[in-house]
Amino acid sequence: MRLTLRVWRQKNAAAEGAMSTYEVDGISPDMSFLEMLDTLNEELILKGEDPVAFDHDCREGICGACSLVINGDAHGPERTTTCQLHMRSFRDGDTIDIEPWRASAFPVVKDLVVDRSAFDRIIQAGGYITAPTGAAPEAHATPVPKADADFAFEHAECIGCGACVAACPNGAAMLFTSAKVNHLNVLPQGAPERETRVLDMVGQMDAEGFGGCTLTGECATACPKGIPLMSITSMNKEWLRAARKAGKR
Amino acid sequence: MARTVWDSTVGKKAVMAVSGLIMLLYLVVHMIGNLKIFFGTEEFNHYAHWLRTVGEPFMHYEWTLWVVRVVLVVAVVAHATSAYQLSRRDIKARPTPYAHRRRRAGYATRTMRWGGVILGLFIVWHILDLTTGTVHAGGFESGKPYQNVVDTFSTWYGNTVYIVAMLALGLHIQHGFWSAAQTLGAGSRSRDRALKTVANVLALLLTAGFIAVPVGVMTGVVS
Ligand code: HEM
Ligand code: SF4
Ligand code: FES
Repeated sequence: MRLTLRVWRQKNAAAEGAMSTYEVDGISPDMSFLEMLDTLNEELILKGEDPVAFDHDCREGICGACSLVINGDAHGPERTTTCQLHMRSFRDGDTIDIEPWRASAFPVVKDLVVDRSAFDRIIQAGGYITAPTGAAPEAHATPVPKADADFAFEHAECIGCGACVAACPNGAAMLFTSAKVNHLNVLPQGAPERETRVLDMVGQMDAEGFGGCTLTGECATACPKGIPLMSITSMNKEWLRAARKAGKR
Repeated sequence: MARTVWDSTVGKKAVMAVSGLIMLLYLVVHMIGNLKIFFGTEEFNHYAHWLRTVGEPFMHYEWTLWVVRVVLVVAVVAHATSAYQLSRRDIKARPTPYAHRRRRAGYATRTMRWGGVILGLFIVWHILDLTTGTVHAGGFESGKPYQNVVDTFSTWYGNTVYIVAMLALGLHIQHGFWSAAQTLGAGSRSRDRALKTVANVLALLLTAGFIAVPVGVMTGVVS
């Protein structure tokens, strides 16, 4: 396959960026999108040019490191991570636009790499449980109803990639935050911090400068792990409950 | 508690949802009341007079009406303020657009802000027209609402402003009602279809019900 790539190039956080055009040839439809970028970078290095910086780690769809807005879609046209997107989703001769996640809470570090540490600080604000460490607890000690276990598991699938923020017209982190809150709030292990967790994590989310939810649903459409829009509804319910309880104290 | 709610994006959005639902409830009652115009001058004017005597003898003349007016003003101000503050924040959170643009979200969803502004302007015009008579077309006479309404809808601009605003209202409620359910944590997967249906039905009924009046005057059914 022969492709034209229009890639966002930006030297560093302070520099002005712009879209640059590159041609790549000899791309196999079986390559992943990142391997296609590797091919481009090999050519750039051979020519003595600066390779395109992009984030990646596991390359098997589980770590959440890869990003990229491809032709306007976070993680590209398939509902998966960029590392699991294959070139067979494109056609020979296509022009592909590649941009970084855009949100003021995710500043560009270089080229396609953005700083997602705002997510880490949201997790630090409440994405933990208080539990004694040591040997693994007896499995039957804390029963969890099946429906709750399923609900927790569905939300635990979030890999913190930030596609939801990138896709949201308001740069909101509601889907990520709700996945994390719901995952722990429904379980007995998460019960001691049930109220502080949701209040603190939403508080941190606001402090980081993310926008608010207008229920456009773009986040859930972009999420590679299928976290549903209704997660946000569940978190809103938890937040209002916690605010009421905090008001009574 | 009030500080916690107002200082959070999630809490402020709940204020927007509750104030929106209060206005929505009022609009349903208002729309039904308006339809009395199809039963003649006497019935309509009598209804308007009754509005001022609701609650008597416990309430004095117009007291109930003023309670409703105060609640509505608080709702409009709370709704518009939270909408403005949250919208500013949203725009600031996504300053750089994508070079590769594509069409996103439905029409009703995308027009909430401009639709809201249209509704805000309409509310002001509507009160100056049919409550105070300041911008009224004919000889405005309080206590004669039937004639006032006929006069308003005998002008092209009266009809245009009113019908455009009611179309905007329908769109606003279609996305707004369902959104408010999510904001207040009342939505769920099993209830989603029902909520969307109620939103569509409410939007359609209100728009059609309100527009029936200018159409009635234009076609001579009401004169
Ligand atoms: C003063 C004029 C108005 C303005 C400026 C305004 C503006 C807005 C905005 C910006 C939103 C948020 C949209 C979004 O989430 O994308 C909204 C939501 C809403 N509006 Fe209005 N609006 C106005 C009048 C009304 C009226 C007359 C009603 C009565 C039916 C109403 C009902 C609602 C409801 C129920 C919501 C949903 C709240 C939520 O998303 O949780 N609005 N409005
Ligand atoms: S909710 Fe989905 S899109 Fe958002 S960070 Fe988690 S996995 Fe990524
Ligand atoms: S590189 Fe780990 S999810 Fe894509």
